[in-house]
Amino acid sequence: MEDLLIRIEKRNDVPTTLYFFTPFIAIILTIIGGGIIFYALGFNPAEALKFYFITPISNLYGFSELLLKATPLCLIAIGLSFCFKSNNWNIGAEGQLTFGAIVGGGVALLFYNQEGFYILPLIIIAGAIGGMIFALIPAILKTYFNTNEILVSLMLVYVSKLILDYLVVGPWSNPEGFNFPETRQFSDSSRMPLLFDGLRVHAGIFIALAAVLVSWFVLYKTYLGFQIKVSGLSLKTAKYAGFKGKTMILIVFMISGACAGLAGVGEITGPIGQLHRMISPDYGFTAIIVAFLGRLNPFGIIFASLVVSLTYLGAETAQIFLQIPQYTGQVFQGMILFFLLASDYLLFFKVKILSLKKNELGH
Amino acid sequence: MYKNFLRYLISAIFLITFSISAKADFKVGFVYIGPTGDHGWTYQHDEGRKAVEAAGIKTTYVESVKYGADAERVIRQLAQSGHDLIFTTSFGYMDATNKVAKDFPNVKFEHATGYKREHSNVSTYSARFYQGRTILGHIAGKLTKTNTIGYIASFPIPEVIRGINAMTLAAQKVNPNIKTKIVWVFSWYDPGKEAEAAQALIDQGADIIMQHTDSTAPVQTAEKAGIWSFGQASDMQRFAPKSILTSIIDDWAPYYVERAIAARDGTWSQQDTWHGLKEGMVAMSPYNKGMGADLVKEAKQLQKDLASGKIHSFTGPIYDQKGNILVAEGKVADDGMLLGMNVYVKGVEGDIPK
Repeated sequence: MEDLLIRIEKRNDVPTTLYFFTPFIAIILTIIGGGIIFYALGFNPAEALKFYFITPISNLYGFSELLLKATPLCLIAIGLSFCFKSNNWNIGAEGQLTFGAIVGGGVALLFYNQEGFYILPLIIIAGAIGGMIFALIPAILKTYFNTNEILVSLMLVYVSKLILDYLVVGPWSNPEGFNFPETRQFSDSSRMPLLFDGLRVHAGIFIALAAVLVSWFVLYKTYLGFQIKVSGLSLKTAKYAGFKGKTMILIVFMISGACAGLAGVGEITGPIGQLHRMISPDYGFTAIIVAFLGRLNPFGIIFASLVVSLTYLGAETAQIFLQIPQYTGQVFQGMILFFLLASDYLLFFKVKILSLKKNELGH
Repeated sequence: MYKNFLRYLISAIFLITFSISAKADFKVGFVYIGPTGDHGWTYQHDEGRKAVEAAGIKTTYVESVKYGADAERVIRQLAQSGHDLIFTTSFGYMDATNKVAKDFPNVKFEHATGYKREHSNVSTYSARFYQGRTILGHIAGKLTKTNTIGYIASFPIPEVIRGINAMTLAAQKVNPNIKTKIVWVFSWYDPGKEAEAAQALIDQGADIIMQHTDSTAPVQTAEKAGIWSFGQASDMQRFAPKSILTSIIDDWAPYYVERAIAARDGTWSQQDTWHGLKEGMVAMSPYNKGMGADLVKEAKQLQKDLASGKIHSFTGPIYDQKGNILVAEGKVADDGMLLGMNVYVKGVEGDIPK
């Protein structure tokens, strides 16, 4: 009598090159999977994929839109990488983005009828502080009251959205706006300068790029970065090494919140130009996928934010030209994450199928 | 000479084929706030799009387009990809529509329910839904036993306040003790929230539910609770066959077909349209016989009188919640007042969220 035995073993040596290569495998598998779905839906897969991944960026405007969408995703994901690297699961970037936009937008509304070079920097700083404060709530609750940061940060998303609802419907609503749930338009001095005439990509992209460089420096060249990485690998080791865990938790949440707040400010002072109820199409949640697809590496995140942005734009173009349902965009994002996690599993574990005689198992 | 002739001939052929192909390529784009399967607001706009398609004009739609940064890109992409007329079917697209219209002077834009027409290629259109609300109010006032009408509202904008007031005024006419209870869900489409709101209103004693939101969740909740309800935007009868008394139907099809043909034939010009029962942009689905033959007859008569203008939904005297007069006896509210309506009439409970 023979039995099949499946045993899953941890691999001891995972090559770094392969580790950074698996996201590409995940993307290729997603494209193949997407092609199969398009085929099943009755579309020509090659044509559908062309409209999905090539048409959106086939002109300057499309390219600018790609950068516009990637900017907040990249910024938030950079912030999240600090949290995730140190084993802090901040799921509430969407809330921190919203609260940053509220605080920054509040400053913009203070100056709604004024112009001046100092206004935009004030708004940006206010937005970063807003996001930071909002991220400190789960961080403090975690460090001093042992709460679960996943739940707290996630639930705070709804809190911030309700605060925004209240403000745009009530005290901050445009007095000339017939009670519609939106604020006044911000003044020109409150708007991010555009990089090119007629294109929407704005100076916020420099904030994102600066965040990439600074985060690379902090993570790989400073003591703080070392602490973060060690805590991520093993909390016990970190404790043994005498790292101050609580301070570090507060710091990574503050960085993460500030980045999300900046992303929020970039949206309202960039393409939107006012506060209303829907300032973000869930950038804060999508950025979680971006962070992991980018392997929590600053430069990887740039690449990942562009890929994920393309799935958004592609979903729109595919719908305009082929009437493919827009929800395929979400399916694509889901597939990327799924294939990434699946290939990670195979990367870190090996599956051994053993064929044994019963008596060998000691029966 | 011959050479020149050939050159003219070629350019003429080129021009003719180009203009013919341009005509044949006439395309209309639609931008929707919800999914086409919401069986409410977006569903009806898509029915209108299908009518345009049936009239032999190519159409494209993009559904579930969020307000904010995404809307402008989608509208611009439609304009860029050769659409000649673009309908943006939600209030939140107002600024984005006007912005794109500025950059595409040869493309025509039609924005639903907004008030900004900043460029000559932007028209606005909406329907006098409040006329339908008057009929609902009349029926509700006659049928309620608890004298409490539950109203699920989306956003405290004039259009929604107007509907609440029109319904309440009509209900008071037949039943002076009527009270309107409102739950604001701050969304156009959120089945979960809408169902909760319906249940909350039922728990507060409402025995008739109506909604100014787009999903079928409220009428389904009413059906389960065994009480009356009214459908919104499209005929929701099949989702709650026993409960639904009638639905206010938005019929965009004739307008869409008319405007698409006008744009194709070059007769399109900017306008601000506000049509109602008379023009058929607002219609009522068949009345539920459960309300009794007499009441069906009254409702039909009221529908006729509203359409002909014999009865106006806002005829004085109308008082606000504090008892101040809004419209004097014998007068009717003008369109300006209706468009900016910002206070509840007497008999509505609670305050407008501020």
